[in-house]
Amino acid sequence: MIKKLAAYIGEYKKATILTPIMVTLESLMEIVIPLLMAVLIDKGIDKGDMNATVWYGVILLLTAFLALFFGVASGRYAAVSSAGFAKNLRRGMFYNVQNYSFANIDHFSTASIVTRLTTDVSNVQNAFQMMTRIAFRAPTMLIFALAASFAIDAEMSLIFVCILPLLGLGMFLIIRKVYPIFEQVFNDYDRLNNVVQENLYAIRVVKSYNRQDHESEKFKKMSGAIYQGFVKAEKLMMLSSPLMQLCMYACILLISWLGARAIVASGNNADLGLSTGELLSLITYVMQILMSLMMISMIFVMLTMAKASGDRIVEILEEKSDLQSPRVNAVHEVKDGSVVFENVDFRYARAHEKEAGQHQAERKNALDKINLTIQSGETVGILGGTGSSKSTLVQMIPRLYDVTAGSVKVGGVDVREYDLDSLRKEVAMVLQKNVLFSGTIKENLRWGNEHATDEELQRVCKLACADEFINQFEKGYDTYIEQGGANVSGGQRQRLCIARALLAHPKILILDDSTSAVDMKTDALIRKAFAEEIPDTTKIIIAQRVASVQDADKIVILDDGHIVAVGAHEELLKTSEIYQEVYQSQNQSGLEEGGAI
Amino acid sequence: MADRQEIRRGPGGPGGHGRRAMMAAPGMKIEKGTIKRLLSYLGEYKLRLSIVVLCILISAGAGVASSLFIQNLIDDYILPMLLEASPVFTPLLQAIGKIGCVFLAGILATFFFTRTMAIVSQGTLKLIRDEMFEHMQTLPIRYFDSRSHGDLMSHYTNDADTLRQMLSQSLPQLFSSVVSMVAVLFSMIHLSVWLTLVVLAFTVMMLVVVKKVAGRSGGYFMKQQKSIADVNGYIEEMVGGQKVVKVFCYEEKNKEAFDKKNEELCEAATAANTYANVLMPIMGNLGYVLYVTVAVVGGAMAIAGVSNVSLGGEPLLTLGTIASFLTLSRNFVNPIAQISQQLNAVIMAMAGASRIFKLLDEVSEEDAGTVTLVNTRTNEDGTLEECQERTGAWAWKVPNGIKVMQQNGEITEVQNPDSGFALVPLRGKINLNEVDFGYNEEQLVLHDISVYAEPGQKVALVGATGAGKTTITNLINRFYDIDDGKIRYDGININKIHKEDLRRSLGVVLQDVNLFTGTVMDNIRYGRLDATDEECIAAAKLANADGFIRMLPEGYDTVLEGDGSGLSQGQRQLISIARAAVADPPVMILDEATSSIDTRTEAIVQRGMDNLMKGRTVFVIAHRLSTIQNSDVIMVMDQGRIIERGNHQHLIEEKGRYYQLYTGAFELE
Repeated sequence: MIKKLAAYIGEYKKATILTPIMVTLESLMEIVIPLLMAVLIDKGIDKGDMNATVWYGVILLLTAFLALFFGVASGRYAAVSSAGFAKNLRRGMFYNVQNYSFANIDHFSTASIVTRLTTDVSNVQNAFQMMTRIAFRAPTMLIFALAASFAIDAEMSLIFVCILPLLGLGMFLIIRKVYPIFEQVFNDYDRLNNVVQENLYAIRVVKSYNRQDHESEKFKKMSGAIYQGFVKAEKLMMLSSPLMQLCMYACILLISWLGARAIVASGNNADLGLSTGELLSLITYVMQILMSLMMISMIFVMLTMAKASGDRIVEILEEKSDLQSPRVNAVHEVKDGSVVFENVDFRYARAHEKEAGQHQAERKNALDKINLTIQSGETVGILGGTGSSKSTLVQMIPRLYDVTAGSVKVGGVDVREYDLDSLRKEVAMVLQKNVLFSGTIKENLRWGNEHATDEELQRVCKLACADEFINQFEKGYDTYIEQGGANVSGGQRQRLCIARALLAHPKILILDDSTSAVDMKTDALIRKAFAEEIPDTTKIIIAQRVASVQDADKIVILDDGHIVAVGAHEELLKTSEIYQEVYQSQNQSGLEEGGAI
Repeated sequence: MADRQEIRRGPGGPGGHGRRAMMAAPGMKIEKGTIKRLLSYLGEYKLRLSIVVLCILISAGAGVASSLFIQNLIDDYILPMLLEASPVFTPLLQAIGKIGCVFLAGILATFFFTRTMAIVSQGTLKLIRDEMFEHMQTLPIRYFDSRSHGDLMSHYTNDADTLRQMLSQSLPQLFSSVVSMVAVLFSMIHLSVWLTLVVLAFTVMMLVVVKKVAGRSGGYFMKQQKSIADVNGYIEEMVGGQKVVKVFCYEEKNKEAFDKKNEELCEAATAANTYANVLMPIMGNLGYVLYVTVAVVGGAMAIAGVSNVSLGGEPLLTLGTIASFLTLSRNFVNPIAQISQQLNAVIMAMAGASRIFKLLDEVSEEDAGTVTLVNTRTNEDGTLEECQERTGAWAWKVPNGIKVMQQNGEITEVQNPDSGFALVPLRGKINLNEVDFGYNEEQLVLHDISVYAEPGQKVALVGATGAGKTTITNLINRFYDIDDGKIRYDGININKIHKEDLRRSLGVVLQDVNLFTGTVMDNIRYGRLDATDEECIAAAKLANADGFIRMLPEGYDTVLEGDGSGLSQGQRQLISIARAAVADPPVMILDEATSSIDTRTEAIVQRGMDNLMKGRTVFVIAHRLSTIQNSDVIMVMDQGRIIERGNHQHLIEEKGRYYQLYTGAFELE
């Protein structure tokens, strides 16, 4: 995993390497400084020698200045490299997501992709900074401080050798116990958030049924569990403070006692043994050594926690798009709008949304032995109940999924032989779950064709019966659409999506239940416009209403992944039982469908 | 202690870092009085907190004692012993024993205060969380409608998180930093007033530097937050619409736009992190400058023999004094660096607390209703009597002085000197009388609406989006209150009815089905918590849901998650109908309950609904006119007014708007 991620350091390699170097140098300075302080006291103040005091003071200041320089440089490089690394990671992930096929997108949920791109990246970014700074600083400090104290007095330094493993063991035990508790607490945390989220979405249900108290109870149960977990974890975690103090004070006492004896023995002469200045230095090192050890143990905690995020990021980066343009001899031109399905089988490879709930059901073919021929310029209607794989069928045409068996040909060529962009530019599809993006209506429409002129925009909007309501907006085509198209009605959104697809001048236009929120009259007008204005375009329309497809050249009835009937309206009325049933259920109201237009 | 802060960040970090990063930039404002209010929550733990304060004092005291001890050690023991021919170590041993006891007290104090703080901080958070959720439950629908879920959620995630970090990490540390600073200050004065003045002067200078650096970093920090929100927003929108992106081959353009935002974030993050990272080295090294200054000044004073002024009363600066003072000066400066590092966290937590308190200050739904719903029993003489057990027969218990419209339309005031109330049987008659309503003051969305629904009648509301159909139902269950006119339920003004009881008597099935995490059974029982399993199953049968539920892997015990995402739209709707059926209210509101279901499934759902509607007053809003043809009254609405009313036959004959809608000649959306 680390190797995979490290590849994204990219142009920040220099900063990434310089950071630990600067950190090491800074730490080194911080080790040297207490030594200088000792000398300052021993040779300056102790001797009452002002010149020496000032002299060593200047050296100390210079060293401090160097330490400052290294500190600032390391801070700067760490910031540059970690922010840059995070940037590269985000870019890498985002780019790869752009290459995902529909199947890849189904594999991860949208929410999970978003969390991985946001929260997980910032977790890894923090860990990265931690690694380049503290992970170098702490061991350096530990080693050099130990070395320095050994240089001062090897015997005294044995104290550290005794105390350090004790502290290390204590920290290890604490962390080992705390880690699973924290994991549990964060799970509880997610569940608490889930309660809140459900409550927010269902607030009308909650209030209608007077379940406020019930909900509060649920919430309190979760918040109680979190409280218990956090208290338990923090109580353990906090043991590290007294433990640290215990070790520190023990060191100080031992150094005081042994140090006093050594100084007396040496007559306070650094050359003969221990001096008072050196005693002070040793005490400074006590802090540094113990602190470094604690930091090292904490780094382990941080890294284990970041590891989970790292793994999740790598999953996104590693996911290979299972749909790619052929590498050689890709076909760039779609000859015409004919579509042929030949013995097409299709099975969703991974947990697909709709199947997720059917735990036990064996994954069966979503499309089974489909054979269908559509001539260029034809209008084809597709009817079928929920789960009959209508959407799946049409998604094969622009190669949003690859068939499991058989083949789909567009313009006489297997879709797998086309350059993907060329194919999809000619096969425009209005998805069932369609979205508009934040931006003006114009900007949204130009997704279909970024070079379209205003006149063209108007023309397609007229075709999609959208021109009228757009002009009613105060700012017309410059009206700002909120995220997800929240500020237009469902029917308006659908018509904008149709216009957007029309702008691409496709050879094949697929509407996947795209007029469900549009009233019958407008629906009819749109179909009429299609027939008159773009007669050469193949039109494939999935609909709930028989009225939406009954004028089609061909109506395909799907049931459970099979084509059960194909034919024109009159023909199906005579031959297809399902068609009759649906037709009657929608027309039992008495009035003949003739009134629709 | 300089590095303690960085370490502490570790354990609180997981999740915390990420969530904090999600925090949006706007709303970094801190309201006045936030700190005071936050402290009032801590009031719950007065006793514990005083123990904490005491323990921190002891702990900090021990810390100071340890640096003073070094002075003692050198001046009083080591140096004198150097002069002796045969030094006696017993007094030193005694002194070490004494200070050892002080240290032990310090360690124990730390042990107690850290544990207690864990309880106090987490307890306070639980208190605030619970209060927040409980209060949110009481807020009017208007509050929820006017805010995005993301905003509301962030109170529980970001805001609570920043608060958690502050309470469990920053606050104890700030306090102990301040205490040690004060303790160290006294010790310094104890040793030498002159040198203390030098340290203080230097401290002022350091504070100026901190303010400069922290101020700049604050600006970059905000910029970073804003940039993060920007990038995250873009990711959410684009990944959410990824399939559309694919269909339009928009990948490359997307990458371009993303790169731009990503680059901006990188710049802002670099700047913000740089400032945060360099603060410690700057402070630390300024500390060394102070060290040298004190050493030189102190040394000069000692050599020049300047008379020392101190609380300790030492007439001259000794070597030990200066040595101790040097240690003290570092201990005085280090907390400043720590405090300055915590400032960002504190400011963010305060901003978070401000937002939480704002939520807590939102005004709850008003409820002045005194009329309640009670179970009744019919006595042999035909009079009603209130009873405790569930009888299935309900009545409004109307206190004296409230006006009730009788069956004949006469309005009388309840005057029952004996019991103080009257019992009006619950029948399910709803009247709207010349009702006006607007979501805001500028614009009325309903004008002069009058609807009369007799018990057991089916009333249909038809009209384009925005005509005000749903608004009417929102008024009946008092999600919103009317501006003018009157709504009566069984002759009683609904403003006089206790809200909970009013809603208990109304069932609602909405287009957007919301299910809760839990079993299917739990979800059905949501309608009436004391319903038995048999009652729930009976309701499911009535709603036509029993069949598919039994096909689920665990039947009624199948656990639904994520709003029942494993079920189809139709199945979810059937469960919500069963949920309404188990509540068994006399009046039902069905708002576009079948519009997102395909026609074949709709037939099944429709049958379930027809069962549910039997014998109840029903308000139905439907997308497909076929489902409402058999209504007793159909109201055709347009721009907040009722423009036609009558039954299907009547309206068809009138050849008005309904006829146009029905024949498809008029747009419904």
